[in-house]
Parts: sequence; C-alpha cells; structure tokens
Amino acid sequence: MTELLQQLINGLALGAIYALIALGYTMVYGVLRFINFAHSDVFMVGAFSGYFLSRYVPHESVAGAVFVLLGSMIICAVLGVVIEKLAYRPLRGRSTLTALITAIGVSLLLQNLGQRLFGANPRSFPALFPQRQFTFEGGLVISSGQIMVFAVTLLLLFALRHIVLKTRIGTAMRALSFNPVAASLVGVNNDRVISFTFALGSALAAAGGILYATNYPSIDPLMGTLPGLKAFVAAVLGGIGNIAGAAVGGLVLGLVETTVVALGGSTYRDAVAFAVLILILLLRPNGLLGKRQAEKV
Amino acid sequence: MNTAPVRILSLLVAGVALLAGCSKSGGGSEAAADAIVIGEFASLTGKEAAFGQSSHKGTQLAIEELNAAGGLLGKPVRYVYEDNRSTPGESATIAKKLISRDKIVALLGEVASGRSLEAAPIAQASKVPMISPSSTNPKVTETGDYIFRVCFTDPFQGKLLAEFARRTLKAQKIAIFSDVAAPYSVGLAQFFREPFLAGGGQIVAEQKYTGGDKDFKAQLTAIKSLKPDAIMVPGYYTDVGLIVAQARQLGITVPLFGGDGWEAPELIQIAGSEALQGTYYSTHFSPENTDPVAQKFVAAYRARYGGETPDAMAALGYDSAMVLADAIRRAGSTESAKLRDALAATSGYAGATGATTLDANRDASKPAVIITVKDGKFQYVETIAP
Repeated sequence: MTELLQQLINGLALGAIYALIALGYTMVYGVLRFINFAHSDVFMVGAFSGYFLSRYVPHESVAGAVFVLLGSMIICAVLGVVIEKLAYRPLRGRSTLTALITAIGVSLLLQNLGQRLFGANPRSFPALFPQRQFTFEGGLVISSGQIMVFAVTLLLLFALRHIVLKTRIGTAMRALSFNPVAASLVGVNNDRVISFTFALGSALAAAGGILYATNYPSIDPLMGTLPGLKAFVAAVLGGIGNIAGAAVGGLVLGLVETTVVALGGSTYRDAVAFAVLILILLLRPNGLLGKRQAEKV
Repeated sequence: MNTAPVRILSLLVAGVALLAGCSKSGGGSEAAADAIVIGEFASLTGKEAAFGQSSHKGTQLAIEELNAAGGLLGKPVRYVYEDNRSTPGESATIAKKLISRDKIVALLGEVASGRSLEAAPIAQASKVPMISPSSTNPKVTETGDYIFRVCFTDPFQGKLLAEFARRTLKAQKIAIFSDVAAPYSVGLAQFFREPFLAGGGQIVAEQKYTGGDKDFKAQLTAIKSLKPDAIMVPGYYTDVGLIVAQARQLGITVPLFGGDGWEAPELIQIAGSEALQGTYYSTHFSPENTDPVAQKFVAAYRARYGGETPDAMAALGYDSAMVLADAIRRAGSTESAKLRDALAATSGYAGATGATTLDANRDASKPAVIITVKDGKFQYVETIAP
C-alpha cells in the first residue's frame, strides 16, 4: 500500500513538471495554431539561467530561490519575445509548415549555441530550495522538491487561467485565436498580443526548467529534448490549446510512465509515452479535454 | 527510445555539429614526417567527459615525458587525438580516420567499453594494435589478437564486489539496479550475480534504467519495498549521482555500491556529500598508494595540471601510453606484427597502477582498491588482490 502511494506521488511529481512545460506549448498553439518546438530549448536556457543566477544568492534559502526563479523567468520571457520577433514574425501568414520547420531550426540553434557556450558536459545544479524529506507512517516519503513542483505548477496554472479568462490582454489573446483579422479590425494590436503570449509561454518554460533541475540536478544543453517531447505528448493528450488539458495530460503521462516502470518495464518507459501519442491521435485526435472543431474551408 | 523525432533531431544535431567542426586534432600538426604517431579516441565532452578528460590528461602527460626523454627509437612521438562526444556511432569513424589518414602505429582508447567495442573491430581489421586504458568489459579484448587493455576486467571486478558485499558490508539480500544501455553495466551486474549467488547470497530485485534518464524514483520505490541489505548500481557517475540522491530522498538508508564507473568528482557534486555517506566503489588506483612509481606519477601529474590530484582514469591513461612505449622499445620497431608480439609479452611492467602483466587474453591482472565517500571526499578502504 505504501509502495502504491509512493509510486502515485512519484508519478504525480513527474507529471506536474510535464504539465508545466506542456502549458507553454498549449499557450502558443492556442493563440497561433503553431507548435513552438523551440520551447524545450527555452526550458534548457531557463535551467542554465538559474544555474548562473544561483551564484549570486545564498543556496537553500527561499528568498534566493524565488529570486532565481523570477530572474530566469524574465530572461526567458525576453528570449521568447526575441525569438518570435526574429524567427517567426517575418514568416507570419506563410504556411504552418514553414513556421514549424523554422521552430525546429531555432531549437537546433539554441541546442548548439548551448553546447558552444556552456560545453556539452553535464553540470550539477545547486540546491536552491531548502531540502527536506517528510516521512509518514509506513515509510511514505515526500521531498520538499516534489511539494515545490506541485505548488508552483498549481499556482502558475491558476495564474494563467486568470490571465486568459479575466484580463484585457487575455480577452485579446482569445479574440486573436478566434480570428486574427477580425481581432485587428476591432483594435487588437496583434503583434503585441503575440509577443506577450511568447513571453508568458517562455517564462513558464523557465519555471519548468528550474523545477526540473532542482529535482534532477544534472543539466546539459540537450536536457530539453526528451522532457520537451514528453510535454508535447502531454499537451496533445490533454487537448492542445486547452490549459486544463495540458495539466491533465501531464499528470496522466507522468502516472503512465511511473506505472510502466513500477511494473518492471523501465526500458519501455519512453516507448509507452510515445505510443500514448499515437493512440490518442488515432482514437481521440482532439485530446481528452479538447472539443471537436469544424474545419473551416 | 528511438522514436523518429528523436532520431531525426539527433541526426540534424550531428550534422550541425560536424559543420561547426567540433572535433579537434591535437599535438603538433606539421611535425617531422618520421615521427612515431600514436592515436587516441576519447570522450572529451558529453556524458562521460570527466573520465575521458582524466584519461586523456594522463596519456598527454605520458607522451610529454616520453618526448622530454628523447622520444622512442630516436624519433619524436606525435600524438593525434579526437573527441567522440561520449556518443555511440562516432568511434569507428574516428578510428578509421586515424588509421588511414594519420597512419598511427597504435590506437589508445576508450574509457567506456561500449565505445571501445565500436573501434576495436576497425583496429583489428587494419592490424593496428589498440590499447584500452580502462574498458573493463571482457568482450573488448575478445574482438581479436590486436586488442589489449591495461586494466582489470569485469569478471574480476564483479567477483571482488561480491566478496566485498558479503564480507565487509555483511549483506545477504542485494538489489541490482543496472543501465541496460551500457554493456559495461550489464556485464558488471552479470559478473557480480554469479559469484554472489554461489556464495549463498540472495538477489531480491533486479531493476533497470537507460543511461541519461533523470527520474529513478519508480524503480527505487520498487527496490525499497523489498528491503535489501544493500543496492548495487553498476553505472556511470552522472546517472549514479542522481540515483544515490533520489534513493536517499526516498528514505533508503542501506549502502549503495558499484564499480569504477563511479569515480569522478562530479559524482559528489551531483549527489551531494550527505547522500553519499555509506556508498562504496571499486577502482584501479588510489592517489594514497605509497608505491614509488605511483607517487612519482601523482607528483608529476600535480605539477603538470595545477595541483589537481589524478584519479584512476588518469593513472590508466598514463599507463596505456607507457605500456605501449615499453613495447615499442622492446620490439625495436613500430612494425605492426612485431609491436603486437611485444605488447602480448608485457610482463611485470611497473606502472602507476601497479605491476602490469598482460595475460593470454590480452587483459591485465592487477589489484583493485575499494573507495568510500566520507564528508565529501573519496577515501581509501582496502586493496583486494587478484
């Protein structure tokens, strides 16, 4: 029983990180109908910004951790806006395939730039948050890192929902997603809204990167690839473009992976994650929480 | 694992990296035409870079000492090396290039058995003697009669770890947690299992991971519920660091132990010194060794690399070049068959890691040391003779 509960916690903690990265994919897709494959590398830049920022703050302190978290979120938000300006904006209005290929190009650029600047060797990420283990009766253990992941993911999830549903800029984002031409006709500044979307999505990636690195403290320039792909699966699983869907998809994927490993199939964990993607595309292409949309002709 | 997007991405990455010219050739490119050229392929960057770098620095020191002493057979030694970025699929290409383009007389490398196994068939087919400094998987030298190594093998390491677990740790029930993607890890787990079971021990769990994974909690939770007396992790330091840290986070307090793949300062950085209390590994060399050759090597290494203390990989990298130099001197030639025979006849060569004798299988038999981590420092525990 304890083992089952422990595996449940393991799975949810893993899933929460996937969810956090998936939120970024879903945000950009929701507004622009385009998969930003560079997202997973912004995630890596987030972790590395955290690594360098942490040199200026005391380790294992809440204030220092918050500073590092916010600092790298800002760095990545700026990076996201720059990427959008330089790489995606000139191609706006072209086919989605062009944008997709550009995104893969940006992703490779960031990875190789990372290898050039930071070196290909894994670095150890410092302990930002105070580390503690909470042991319950029967040997169930929850680490402070896992609690932090849940807390930050939940917080950002609700903040995001609030921004999208309750604020002016959120309304503009939804208007743009509904019909970009009509939105600009009624006075929405499309460029500014899209920049904001990228800033928000990239800040989420940075938060994901920091949390991932505090839980798995070994970072390298290619660290984003696999979690990024998994988060993409999570976003599609939940219904891409849907904020709650990204969260649900992330948690489900984390649990599925943990179950596969717990049952002794650890070598199949990645295979199962991607098999989930194929299955969902075959059986329910709009995802768990997605709505069927009529294709405009 | 090998999903199409990952494969395509990594192919593209490889392409970009090639264009960027990531590989380096070092050591006096336009040296005298009649120099003796020694080639090396190494993991200078990437996952096992700490090993590759140590080993490479050891080899570099040896070559410099040889040249300072007037070279070999009256000719200077030229050293050509290339990085395989710790990734599979590079080493064979590098070996081919070094052999056909640089005309090397012998090939040194690699730390990881998996990558040595890629280059070995090339060296064997071209009849260029290859010496691996620290690949312990037995298959490496089984490739053919031109492949040698200057370290002990996994059957020996597995046997001594089994003995250590039983005698020093007094463990009856062991869980094994191995990396399915590394021949080194799979081999060492297997060579541990047999003698441990034969000695009356019990293996309660065998869990697996894939090198490069970050989350090991699911497997460790499964291991914890079976209450082993100790956990054997025959992996490489990047993964081992995360495994040890996560095991302690889950409240696993029993000792963890493994082989020479653990030894790197990065292990302590990743896992943290607190989590590493009560962990042990076997290796080839301890800088605390009082043997004069070892001490001379430690002093020379410190002087050359700004006070850095050499580890086992550095000592083996040094020995691999020195054993080769010894064989070239005895052969009196760099002609491949003669050099091979001289290498095979290596007996009692006094190296930094102790007396090296190459047996009929072209493997070295030499003692091993057990190291523990105490208060963030590697500490010598005991020496186990072959």
